[in-house]
Amino acid sequence: MRKVAIIGAGMTRFGERWDKGFRDLVTEAGTQAITDAKLSGEEISAGYVGTMASGSLVGQEHAGALIADYMGLDPIPITRVEGACASGSLALRQGVLAVASGLHDIVVVGGVEKMTDLDTAAVSQILGGAGDQEWELFMGATFPALYAFMARRHMHEYGTTEEMLASVAVKNHQNGAKNKYAQFQREITMEQALNAKMVADPLKILDCSPITDGAAAVVLAPLDMATSYTDKPIDIVASEQASGTLALHDRESLTSIDAAKIASQRAYKKAGIAPQDVDVAEVHDCFTIAEVVATEDLGFFAPGKGGPAALEGKTKLDGEIAVNTSGGLKATGHPVGATGVKQVCEVTWQLRGDAGERQVKNVETGLTHNVGGSGATAVIHLYKRGY
Amino acid sequence: MAGIVGYGAYVPKYRIKSETIAEVWGEDPNRIQKGLGIMEKSVPAIDEDSATLAVESARIAVKRAGISPTEIGAVYVGSESHPYAVKPTATMVAQALGAIPNLTAADLEFACKAGTAAMQMCMGMVDSGMINYGLAIGADTAQGRPGDALEYSAAAGAASYIIGKNDESLAIFEDTFSYTTDTPDFWRRAKADFPSHGGRFTGEPAYFKHVQGAFNGLMEKMGEKIENYDYVIFHQPNAKFPYAVAKKLGVPKEKLTAGMLCPMIGNTYSGNAPLALANVLDEAKPGERIFVTSFGSGAGSDAFSIKVTDKIEEKRKSGYLLSHFIEDKEYLSYAIYAKLRKKYKGM
Repeated sequence: MRKVAIIGAGMTRFGERWDKGFRDLVTEAGTQAITDAKLSGEEISAGYVGTMASGSLVGQEHAGALIADYMGLDPIPITRVEGACASGSLALRQGVLAVASGLHDIVVVGGVEKMTDLDTAAVSQILGGAGDQEWELFMGATFPALYAFMARRHMHEYGTTEEMLASVAVKNHQNGAKNKYAQFQREITMEQALNAKMVADPLKILDCSPITDGAAAVVLAPLDMATSYTDKPIDIVASEQASGTLALHDRESLTSIDAAKIASQRAYKKAGIAPQDVDVAEVHDCFTIAEVVATEDLGFFAPGKGGPAALEGKTKLDGEIAVNTSGGLKATGHPVGATGVKQVCEVTWQLRGDAGERQVKNVETGLTHNVGGSGATAVIHLYKRGY
Repeated sequence: MAGIVGYGAYVPKYRIKSETIAEVWGEDPNRIQKGLGIMEKSVPAIDEDSATLAVESARIAVKRAGISPTEIGAVYVGSESHPYAVKPTATMVAQALGAIPNLTAADLEFACKAGTAAMQMCMGMVDSGMINYGLAIGADTAQGRPGDALEYSAAAGAASYIIGKNDESLAIFEDTFSYTTDTPDFWRRAKADFPSHGGRFTGEPAYFKHVQGAFNGLMEKMGEKIENYDYVIFHQPNAKFPYAVAKKLGVPKEKLTAGMLCPMIGNTYSGNAPLALANVLDEAKPGERIFVTSFGSGAGSDAFSIKVTDKIEEKRKSGYLLSHFIEDKEYLSYAIYAKLRKKYKGM
């Protein structure tokens, strides 16, 4: 298998993009990534795109063909990949497999979602399809409710507090304030987070990631060809994916996501690194509790210690391990299919030293953690500088 | 250009407090009051509708104008709550005033700005010599779906303007400018009881874009600047948007104070900017200048530059000030409010 590198990255501003349609967003991100890689379209031989629910959200299926058409990339094959909120990372993984196998050389990977054409109730219903439709959504359990169960159990077992959860949101808004692509480029206070409107006890509105439009894209190449395009290729040193039960109630534990644990352990083993070696991590904080659980599942902190670590500032830009330097899903926004690819863009920029005001010092190793549903799909990638 | 020969405004007696509504829906009243800036809103009585509100305000306007109703050549009523889908409110108003039969009349609808559209139509007809006097009315008994954010703001009220030649006017129109696009931020389909809206989409791409478009358009057209105006009125869907747009446009917030009615009576829709103008005319002095920008969803804004003449003080005396109706109030429980607004199923 060949080593695979990222040679270009780009994304749109995330937010309520009433000025742009589905195709505009994905084309803008794709063009930026291709321009960043200094490629011409003819050099690209395949593409993969992650979108969770374009059919339900904007009535547009067949996203692969649409992108090939609107980016002028036809007749190359572009394939849509779907794994709920992990769709973006799954698209990346398909791209990695295609390049590693030798089937394709230059592959473009995108993620996109256009969510704000519908009202919140309709979007919640559609996103609920990421869980178990028959046993969860049909019975009234939307995603805020499912993650609230996890939060309550985490509080019960480990003494995690609402302040600890709120500190995740405060930190992610601090980072988002430094990110020109973020939906919310402003800081929030602990007081605002704690007094925000209740959504699903104990999760308040500022514990929840927003509904967002946006797209992100990266370009992949074999590592040994990468330096002919860029001085700073990023080496994808592990790409792992694991599955868990679709429904939350079928899990042995509500305070951990097994699929994420298993995928990350395999990734660490493959890359020959330990959790403590990771310098920057983009994790799937669809809710604040999800970031706490992620930092435990990834081995950054012991079970039950993720909350105190967040409160003590260990996950800030200058902390022990910088988590969600982009602002995470919370502040950057969460266009579900785009999120996984946005995480890759952020880690790429951090490793290259291109992250501007939010740049973490001496970044050697990066990680992305992208979760579908309440944890039924988890995708972990590890990255190092390829130069 | 034409001017305002007479004006009148009316607000129903009943009020419901934001906290009373918030209590029913389990919302935090402080958050609502802080978020929308609305403390209470007006509620029409069981026997009031847009036509009766229009008549109440028009009677004051005719009296202030000091003309015979039969001299009115046109009646236009702007509303999004006309009592009938087909059958004009304007004819009911004209008949009640005794303005019939030698006049033209029609109803207008443009969400919250049909009242200012009516004013522009009358201005054009007066300036062209088609009529001597036109009656432009903005009147609404606005609907808000129970539990929706609009329930805190959707209110009732009306304001009427007799538009005539500027040498008879208590205030003259110096110029007007409109800014209009097809923007679906708020709508009510035929036969629907309550309107729908696009949430935050009603803000930036709708209210702010159009209000700024009309404001800047008229300022540019006239070569004017804000320092030359004593009062500024922006449409008030809530009490936050007008201050936010004032900040963007560099308008000192003190200039908004005299026309700021939303915190006390809510959003009177087609009556909104016309009522605010009436409240300003209730205190303005000769020579003072007023800049008005309305907004209607769908979407558009009309801007007006108005200069008060020395006839204001004499004419003002012959009718009730708007503050008379705002201060004369009685609070309702949610239960009675729900009855008056026909929110009980089966009514």
